[in-house]
Amino acid sequence: MDYIRNFFVNLAQSWTTWISTGLPPWAVDVVNYLIVGVILVMMPVIATLTLTWMERKVIGRIQNRIGPNRVGPWGIFQAIADAVKMLIKEDIVPDNADKPVFNLAPILIFVGAALLWAVIPFGRNMVGQDLSIGALYVIAIGSITTVAVLMAGWASNNKYALLGAFRVVAQLLSYEIPMVLSMATVVLVVGTMKMGGIVEAQIVPFVLVLPLAFIVYLLAATAETGRAPFDLLEADSEIVAGYFIEYSGLKFGWFYIAEYGNLLAVSAIATTLFLGGWRGPFVSAVPALGPFYFVIKTVVVIFILMWIRGTWPRFRIDQMLGFAWKVLVPASLANLLWVATAQMIPAPTPVKWFLMLIGNVAIIFVALTLLGQAAKRHAAKHGLAGA
Amino acid sequence: MQQIIFILVALGTLGAAVMVVTSQNLMRSALWLILAFFGIAGIFVLLDAEFLAVTQILIYVGAIAMLIVFAIMLTHGMMDPKQPRFNQQWGVVGGFAALLFVILAFLVTRNTWRVVVAAVPPDTIIQLGRDFVGPYVVPFEVASVLLVVAMIGAIIVARERE
Amino acid sequence: MRELIVARVRPKGGQTVLSQYAFVGIFAIIAFALPIIGLAMSWLIRPKKPNRAKNATYECGMETIGDTWVQFKAQYYLFALIFVVFDVEAIFIFPWAIAYNKLGLYALVEMVLFVVILFGGLLYAWKKKALEWH
Repeated sequence: MDYIRNFFVNLAQSWTTWISTGLPPWAVDVVNYLIVGVILVMMPVIATLTLTWMERKVIGRIQNRIGPNRVGPWGIFQAIADAVKMLIKEDIVPDNADKPVFNLAPILIFVGAALLWAVIPFGRNMVGQDLSIGALYVIAIGSITTVAVLMAGWASNNKYALLGAFRVVAQLLSYEIPMVLSMATVVLVVGTMKMGGIVEAQIVPFVLVLPLAFIVYLLAATAETGRAPFDLLEADSEIVAGYFIEYSGLKFGWFYIAEYGNLLAVSAIATTLFLGGWRGPFVSAVPALGPFYFVIKTVVVIFILMWIRGTWPRFRIDQMLGFAWKVLVPASLANLLWVATAQMIPAPTPVKWFLMLIGNVAIIFVALTLLGQAAKRHAAKHGLAGA
Repeated sequence: MQQIIFILVALGTLGAAVMVVTSQNLMRSALWLILAFFGIAGIFVLLDAEFLAVTQILIYVGAIAMLIVFAIMLTHGMMDPKQPRFNQQWGVVGGFAALLFVILAFLVTRNTWRVVVAAVPPDTIIQLGRDFVGPYVVPFEVASVLLVVAMIGAIIVARERE
Repeated sequence: MRELIVARVRPKGGQTVLSQYAFVGIFAIIAFALPIIGLAMSWLIRPKKPNRAKNATYECGMETIGDTWVQFKAQYYLFALIFVVFDVEAIFIFPWAIAYNKLGLYALVEMVLFVVILFGGLLYAWKKKALEWH
């Protein structure tokens, strides 16, 4: 019974003891790393298989239709059908494309989506590696994705792909700063960059302490993964498929997998930073419950993101970049300074957290008021309704 | 074991650096440069400087490499492989480069580097944070001024063009 | 040439920094291997029939007009530059954030100064319309 309480950790421990009998210690480490690596590397693939189905159902329902329902009960095997289709499609490489770079781009973008999973805590002591710079590691891996996008756009030898790639990179760069700043705010409250440490410190989920940081993070993450309403670069009516226009077959498939892998990873990180990760009722007594709470919370975040996709209209690129630099960055900076001030006050922790909450709400209020006034001015200037 | 990894990473970085200079295509040079940056990050990891490694990737790969690629794109005709690769002054420049190499090699090999036998403390980042606001606060603030000056300068230059 | 000898510290978790990143390294190798294996499988299965029309560059279904070179705006460069500045600022913020709980009021004041200076730069860019697109 006690074994099951901490099931996953005990299983790993028993396995390690069993193989230690035959191998030197460094080999035991390597074998464990390989196993964990293979499991974690499958996360983007699992994400694609499940989330594409979920998305099509959710968006379908929002748009008052059913979504896929032919392939398997409720259409759950749709993703497998799509995967098989991509595997057997012909791979067309355009004439003057830079072949090594062209082929490397989908691989690199998948690596960017997969490496994130090394630091995400699924439960107490259930992390790939609890790197002491976990939060920064996540952002650094995002830079790999940016490089891969640029490689894809450039190697396709297609001016629309290149243009699309530049715009995507501009979008990714612009929204990286608010994301980094909201993470920095969380790190400020906790005092460590370890993802496991951040979850441990969340006696109260940080969404209740730093709601502004949560909102900024979600918006920035939506933009980073290139989803609606920031997806004008994949909008079929605007620039066809943007930077991966020339990719077909499985190479396109890897871009697709990377997109959903990023979606899952970003939601998992939001859960870790703001919703308390694997924390939940009875989790200290039965640590094996941790991953279940984690999955449930992540699915909630993903549902919110899909909901946003289904309901909000798309931004234009200048609106999008303006929003990042003129609204999100100042708001995040103000939030950071306020949290730093609140943290400095010699009061017990709940009081400090309550002060931070008040500050967050105040900044949200101020930001919305200013945005409303700017919108009114804009409408008056252009003679639109709403002036 | 550590020596082997170091040799591999160092060879990779040096190889990428050589490819940066010798590659025909400017965009490929930029990509090799990105690989060299990753190699340097690897060397930082081998020295237990994980914060510097992540900073290297975040800033050099994530920001500066992008800047370099955009600058390449901005320069009309840079991408043209038919352009001559050397201009007339290559002799003088080559001489200066060789001189610089000799000086650097002299400095690196003749200098007595202080060998630190003590263990790397586990809380280097806290130490860094403390140093930023303690002994090194003036460089910290000057860095912010420097960054703003760079930003303003670039904006002025870019605006003039339009 | 002397070798740099650095003693490995073993923190209480029993893992050196190097072994942690060994995991990241192995993980990266696996992450590279999976798409390569996938693409290899696809290469075996899929048809290979290149022809001129399929291999031509895509331009909304027509023949390409003009060179494959894009009129590049200075705007992209400016965004990247402002991003570099704020990226470096964020990097400075992280060690400060971690050491913050152990420092005094001066840490707050110095960071406020740092952020205000950089925010001033952002305001300048805003006023000069460097943050607009098109």
